[in-house]
Amino acid sequence: MGRTEILIGGVGGQGVVLSGILLGTAASLYDGKQAVQTQSYSSELRGGSARAEVIISEDRITDPEVRRADILILMAEDAVGRYLNKIKPKGLLVIDADLVKGVTSGDYDILAIPATSIADKEMNNIIVANLIILGALIKKTKLLSVESMEKAIEASVPKKAKDLNLKAFRRGLELS
Amino acid sequence: MDEKRVHTGRYFMMGNVACAEGALAAGCEFAAGYPITPATEIANHLAEKLPRVGGAFFQMEDEISSIAAVIGASWAGKKAMTVTSGPGISLMLENIGFAIGVETPCVIVNVQRGAPTTGMPTIGIQGDMVQAKHGSHGDYEIIALCPSSPQEMFDHTVIAFNYAERYRTPVFLLSDAFVGHMREEVVIPEAEKIETVYRNIPEPGTDPLKVKGFLDEDVAPMPIFGKGFKAHVTSSCHDEYGKRNLIDISALDKFVRRLSNKILKHKEEITLVERDYEDAEIVLVSYGGVSRAAAAAASQARKRGIPVGTLRLITVWPFPGEEIEKMARKTKQVIVLENNLGQVYPYIKAEAAHFAEVSFLPPKLVGEIQDPEDILKKIEEVSK
Repeated sequence: MGRTEILIGGVGGQGVVLSGILLGTAASLYDGKQAVQTQSYSSELRGGSARAEVIISEDRITDPEVRRADILILMAEDAVGRYLNKIKPKGLLVIDADLVKGVTSGDYDILAIPATSIADKEMNNIIVANLIILGALIKKTKLLSVESMEKAIEASVPKKAKDLNLKAFRRGLELS
Repeated sequence: MDEKRVHTGRYFMMGNVACAEGALAAGCEFAAGYPITPATEIANHLAEKLPRVGGAFFQMEDEISSIAAVIGASWAGKKAMTVTSGPGISLMLENIGFAIGVETPCVIVNVQRGAPTTGMPTIGIQGDMVQAKHGSHGDYEIIALCPSSPQEMFDHTVIAFNYAERYRTPVFLLSDAFVGHMREEVVIPEAEKIETVYRNIPEPGTDPLKVKGFLDEDVAPMPIFGKGFKAHVTSSCHDEYGKRNLIDISALDKFVRRLSNKILKHKEEITLVERDYEDAEIVLVSYGGVSRAAAAAASQARKRGIPVGTLRLITVWPFPGEEIEKMARKTKQVIVLENNLGQVYPYIKAEAAHFAEVSFLPPKLVGEIQDPEDILKKIEEVSK
């Protein structure tokens, strides 16, 4: 595996940045890979626009910017116009199908996960929709090992939220 | 009070947190600041950790009082720092000039963000590069480091404290939102492997009227308060004893010249660069996060058979003109890359243009560091 560029777009409060941190932590600390994670967000925090970028590589990462995303994860309709042009030809587009409707087919695979409705119905908490998406992504791409991701979740989320986040991630592994 | 200062280990850590960890490892005892994106994580971390090692963090009412508190703490003998972004530096500049004039060791972290004015808080640009050197009035020299990764946010913060203490001067860490908010592997070494420097203070009990506590090009010992020294610390033109002199031009000349020479005389030991331009016909010159895109482009160009090298400025101030000249003498083309519209470019060009062709490549979008593909296009353009 060479360099994999991942771009995650959504709105503040959806765990966009946390998703990036989890992928980066799993790769860097538990999977023996190199990772760089960067982020930007408008200052509303909740409801404003949020973006996280992660680059995962076997080798040292020089250029730290996502230029053309191998994997583009869109968690809000608002992010489609902003980031769809950043996906690499033959890349993988992952969407929360409950929230992202305006995606037309193109030169990319689409993985559509109804993450928000699953999180709402099965876990009674839409806040873990991002973990369901990560589970589905890991299942489909084998980008990182399940064990590494679970260790990263345990190390990164508050103790009281650990079980809920692990449950959502494991539910995601059953999808895709 | 019992917690360790150095948290040895391997982490996937945010640059801003690594900066705070570096400050703790360097022996920082006091920090003051006013919250501002994208620097707040440093303040948060210091506010949590400093009291646990016997230090203190003050959230002040604004940036002006923050730098004032830092200067006061430093004169009380504490290793001190403030953290902010460009808008905060603009407010601090008067007191930064004071700190320079009375030779106050302190570290000033500027996590630069989209500017001018309040601009765009979470987007990193290298917009305040010259402000660090020329923002306050008068002729002076400053030291500024430009980290390109979370690891360097740790390492350079330690160096910044060491330089501040060794040369008795404010030292800037010029990071930006991109590097400050970046997470990457950070290795914190064992405490005994981290070099820490403490300022010289005069022998206890010496007669204050006989202590030359100022204006020594080899750095005067600092008569800190609370140790029995009496010292006159004035922003006005003063002599080696701190005594005001507002009439003799020769006193002003010493005041200006010795403050500058204190830095310039030690420029060689202050200057840090990364050179990778052996046999290169084209050299990319950059600093901070941009240097990573430059390194990627140079490596791709060499794979295509174009002899491209890099020169990265780790300390941008004092300006390492000798390093630029040395490089320019060995190459044909110099391409300067910054995440701005060309702030340090004129300084580089002034040193290099006598020996090589010099050009500037701005980012396609200010706020997004140059795409290695675009750098390659520029390389191919100038190599024709």
